[in-house]
Amino acid sequence: MAKHETPLLDQLESGPWPSFVSDMKQEAESRAKNVNNVEFQIPKDVIEDLMGVLELSYKDGTTHWKHGGIVGVFGYGGGVIGRYCDQPESFPGVAHFHTLRVNQPSGHFYSTEYLRQLCDLWEFRGSGLTNMHGSTGDIIFLGTTTPQLEEIFYEMTHKLDQDLGGSGSNLRTPSDCIGQARCEYACYDTQDLCTHLTQEYQDELHRPAFPYKFKFKFDGCPNCCVASIARADMSFIGTWKDDIRIDQDAVKGYVNGEFKPNGGSHSGRDWGPFDIQKEVIDLCPTKCMRYENGKLEINNRECTRCMHCINVMPRALRPGKQTGCSILVGAKAPILDGAQMSSLLLPFVEVNKENDYQEVKDVIESIWDWWMEEGKNRERLGELMKRQGFQKLLEVTGVDPIPQHVSEPRHNPYIFWKEEEVPGGWERDINEFRKHHKR
Amino acid sequence: MALEYEESKQKIIEALQKKSKSKSKFYFSDLAKILDAKPREAKKIVTQMVQEGILEFWSSGSTSMYGLKGTGKQAGAEHEDG
Ligand code: HEM
Ligand code: SF4
Ligand code: SF4
Repeated sequence: MAKHETPLLDQLESGPWPSFVSDMKQEAESRAKNVNNVEFQIPKDVIEDLMGVLELSYKDGTTHWKHGGIVGVFGYGGGVIGRYCDQPESFPGVAHFHTLRVNQPSGHFYSTEYLRQLCDLWEFRGSGLTNMHGSTGDIIFLGTTTPQLEEIFYEMTHKLDQDLGGSGSNLRTPSDCIGQARCEYACYDTQDLCTHLTQEYQDELHRPAFPYKFKFKFDGCPNCCVASIARADMSFIGTWKDDIRIDQDAVKGYVNGEFKPNGGSHSGRDWGPFDIQKEVIDLCPTKCMRYENGKLEINNRECTRCMHCINVMPRALRPGKQTGCSILVGAKAPILDGAQMSSLLLPFVEVNKENDYQEVKDVIESIWDWWMEEGKNRERLGELMKRQGFQKLLEVTGVDPIPQHVSEPRHNPYIFWKEEEVPGGWERDINEFRKHHKR
Repeated sequence: MALEYEESKQKIIEALQKKSKSKSKFYFSDLAKILDAKPREAKKIVTQMVQEGILEFWSSGSTSMYGLKGTGKQAGAEHEDG
């Protein structure tokens, strides 16, 4: 019989979806049986107690976890999230139940052997419960006791060549799409840039000195598979400068029904024959395409690189060859001021391995200098941008304003010029002036 | 000019001890203000103080703070200081 009655949790298993409750029960049973004779370093019935305290929370309508704590591994200000239960007598197995963030390999590439080693370590020294992957991309280890933290950190860093990720007022674990490893749309090597910046900014990742969290995410193209535009203080989105490459024969192939549009997805029902006018041309957000006399034309000057036409006809259309990335800044989830998408700062930046991505780092560091000095405690970059204005951001990054920075006509009728922007400044030669203007 | 470590360390210890009755945890920017230094300069001092075990980190998970080692009480996070 289960250690605690959990009728409210059990009810969650009745829906048609996979249930985390079933997962927890499975792991609880596996620990109880312990067929591999693991010498568990934390209470064997940790998961029963976890379910017990969760059931109590549902009953009481309130959490029984305390807020944060002084835990971590020596020298790191992040990577461990301290959690203590406020009902330790009833649920001793989760009196301490700390989370570890494990810095996921770029693009989430790992071997089954590596995965097995991680799981073995976690079964031995933790609850065995994981979250693959947390919303920042990390591998999440859910629940262990304070004495286990240094042990786990030692094993990971010395045997598995594996670091902790970020939490707190740190650079958070950078995350990226699968990129050039598997995806022909990728306009730059997301994994290389992600790994490089993770290494470069180890200090920012592990030792908190920011006003609040800061996230980098890397998407190889505007399809944004890691949703960098919505989830990162700095989004690096692959793009191209030149023209979309068109294979006119393949376009005809799609029109004649030789190739399935969208690579054959949306095949759950019959949508009728492919209609290039309706499904591509008319849906182009900038109306910069036309299909006439069997020929597809794109006015590339007007194309916003939305990817729609390329996604529909990947055999016929490909991103251009002069590739790089756009840098957008300021996305965040709602805490103070509502959710916000990131805003375009640089339409095109070279992503250049040869010089260790110097252009990219220059932008990052100028933004950090500004935010670290001016940001209030718990203020995200996106909030500082709103408070001090986009113009200020352009100033600190040394970026010249361009039409792409403007999202709507200005609604403030006043323009305050700065002295350096006015020929001659604020000074005038009174004698010169008197020549034309009498007293 | 680079900050002098011993002097900066004393400044932080004194300032934190003075406030210790009402507050046990401080934002990084509070420490930078005590030193009257740019964040990057202040970070070097603060990091060394953590390495030496004088300061310790506190984290809610989303926000990090610093305190003199051993003074941070968990109750503080639940607004129950003293
Ligand atoms: C291109 C030339 C001019 C510009 C750009 C200009 C601009 C302005 C502006 C910005 C205001 C303030 C509006 C407000 O804050 O409510 C203003 C007020 C005014 N201007 Fe001009 N102005 C110009 C020429 C003139 C001329 C030639 C006259 C009269 C011969 C004049 C008479 C006034 C008056 C009476 C006010 C209202 C002052 C008040 O509210 O007390 N302006 N002007
Ligand atoms: S974001 Fe673009 S490049 Fe990256 S995996 Fe998705 S489609 Fe491919
Ligand atoms: S990428 Fe988007 S904006 Fe550009 S031509 Fe295709 S549909 Fe139009």
